[in-house]
Amino acid sequence: MMTGETKMIGPRSVAFGRRGLIAGGLAGTAALLGAPAGLRAQPAPAASGQSAVIDVNRARTEPIPIAIPDLGAGAGGEAGRLGHDIAQVVTDDLARSGLFRPIGQAGSVQASGPAGDVPNFSSWRAIGAQALVTGKVEGAGGGSVRVEFRLWDVLPQQQIQGTAYTATQSNWRRIAHIIADVIYERLLGEKGYFDTRIVYVAGTGPRDRRVKRLAIMDQDSANNRILTDGSYLVLTPRFHPTRDQIAFMSYARNRPRVYLFDLGSGRQQVLGEFDGMTFAPRFSPDGSHVIMSVTRGGGSDIVVVDLASHSERRLTNSGAIDTSPCYSPDGSQIVFNSDRGGDQQLYIMGAGGGGARRISFGRGRYATPVWSPRGDLIAFTRLSGSTFSIGVMNPDGSGERILSESFSVEGPTFAPNGRVLMFWRETPARDSRGGGYSSRLVSIDITGFNERPVPTPTDASDPAWSPLAG
Amino acid sequence: MNAKMMAPLAALALLAACSSNPETPAATTSGTGASASTAGPVPGSQEDLVANVGDRVFFAFDSSQLSGEARSTLDRQSGWLGRYPQVSVQVAGNTDDRGTEEYNLALGQRRANAARDYLVARGVNSSRISTISYGKDRPTALGDNEEAWAQNRNAITSVR
Repeated sequence: MMTGETKMIGPRSVAFGRRGLIAGGLAGTAALLGAPAGLRAQPAPAASGQSAVIDVNRARTEPIPIAIPDLGAGAGGEAGRLGHDIAQVVTDDLARSGLFRPIGQAGSVQASGPAGDVPNFSSWRAIGAQALVTGKVEGAGGGSVRVEFRLWDVLPQQQIQGTAYTATQSNWRRIAHIIADVIYERLLGEKGYFDTRIVYVAGTGPRDRRVKRLAIMDQDSANNRILTDGSYLVLTPRFHPTRDQIAFMSYARNRPRVYLFDLGSGRQQVLGEFDGMTFAPRFSPDGSHVIMSVTRGGGSDIVVVDLASHSERRLTNSGAIDTSPCYSPDGSQIVFNSDRGGDQQLYIMGAGGGGARRISFGRGRYATPVWSPRGDLIAFTRLSGSTFSIGVMNPDGSGERILSESFSVEGPTFAPNGRVLMFWRETPARDSRGGGYSSRLVSIDITGFNERPVPTPTDASDPAWSPLAG
Repeated sequence: MNAKMMAPLAALALLAACSSNPETPAATTSGTGASASTAGPVPGSQEDLVANVGDRVFFAFDSSQLSGEARSTLDRQSGWLGRYPQVSVQVAGNTDDRGTEEYNLALGQRRANAARDYLVARGVNSSRISTISYGKDRPTALGDNEEAWAQNRNAITSVR
């Protein structure tokens, strides 16, 4: 039944990373699928019903009702199980965003005939679905699977997208996340963030002898892996733009310095030669440089290290504590925090250093500024009295909004589309032995709605969200 | 109970002996201390520093200013280091957890430097003192109240 034009497209355009991730690259292909031959010519959308295609602002108040039955529903065996699992991962991704309302699960509706046929739109419309996902899974030989998926606009009765992915079966979760990203992008008009990972610090043991390990997982908490053995303290990991390298701070050999960690080989390498402690690293948007802090005297300077030549340049020289630097997405500016004016506040300077101007003027101290990948906002931690907050402001300091407040929240990181923040929250100890203390990851929409715990096997802190694959 | 009470007294007596004769090598001092090892910490050891001198100084919130009490502790440390010239120490700066991780790393270093600089000004050779900051990652007190936080804002000297 799969007639219609089928066009092979290159790996790059389907967001399969060309560089290897930990488990090896998802060497795959994708093919666009045309509308099934059985789909009749449709009247204009306005005539037949409201399209599921809206924008993020509308979806926040009215999440898109979407039906995601098992791919190849009714198929048995391995393919049937995979079709169920993929639909579940797609459903969970979209539900967690808060912008979609999955409905009609578990075969509550007679979907259609064989996959590829035109769906029975009226029965999906009857349960209120505005968008529908169909598809099927089949073995492609050599441990590969072919996953076909179609996205339908139910009321105008149109196919919005049809794609078939062929990839190693063990990468089925990534196929599901890529499908969820396509659905997000086609229905909301901007890129998703589901085929991404989180690097963070996993914490175990009592607070005074806390063991901290680098850990990495998918954004939906699956595939959690520990990267360091816990024999030395690690802090503040950050992703390279190509997602294959991490900059972080390590206390290996009792000498706290910034290191690079190669995810492919597992190799670590100290970054630069400095007398003082180096900390708070972050890559430039093009991945060619790292900015970080180096202690000097009673303060710390911000330096930039060229990763190709290893040359170093000092960007600040205030004598105060200048730290937590982060580039603007175009690489032209750096936001950081400094106590040069007496207490911690946010400043912006040019990427070459100099001309720093203060942008935070609200109540309290401001720290850990991160620039949105969209360029429109700077997220921060605010420390005010006994309350810590996560908030956002415009890059000129105006329009401050607090998104989440508690005893201790810290360290926001943006999803690559700039629509979601992740940070960590600590629960205070109830007693003098540290009982009741915990540290967990949390995500929240940048408007402050849809706050959710991000599950991790142990306590967690210092999350950093990866970009989408190239 | 009695042994516990006696230990500091015995150690003090030993220290007094040492300071009256600064030339005495520490090895000899601890060699004569066969009885001291049952009565108190080995002179020149970490235990000695903790029990008889004070291994740490405390700071106000978001400050690296040495208080009068901190300076007198460091005065005792510099005297003790003068008596045990073979001892090298690490000064570790720490913070409470009412600040952000990265800033607190620098604040901890500032505190370690403040203590180190004071010891150097009192005549301790700077090559004998290394510094490190743990920021808010190595708290001494595990609670979350003002009393615990005050204990965690410190610079701790330890024998290397």
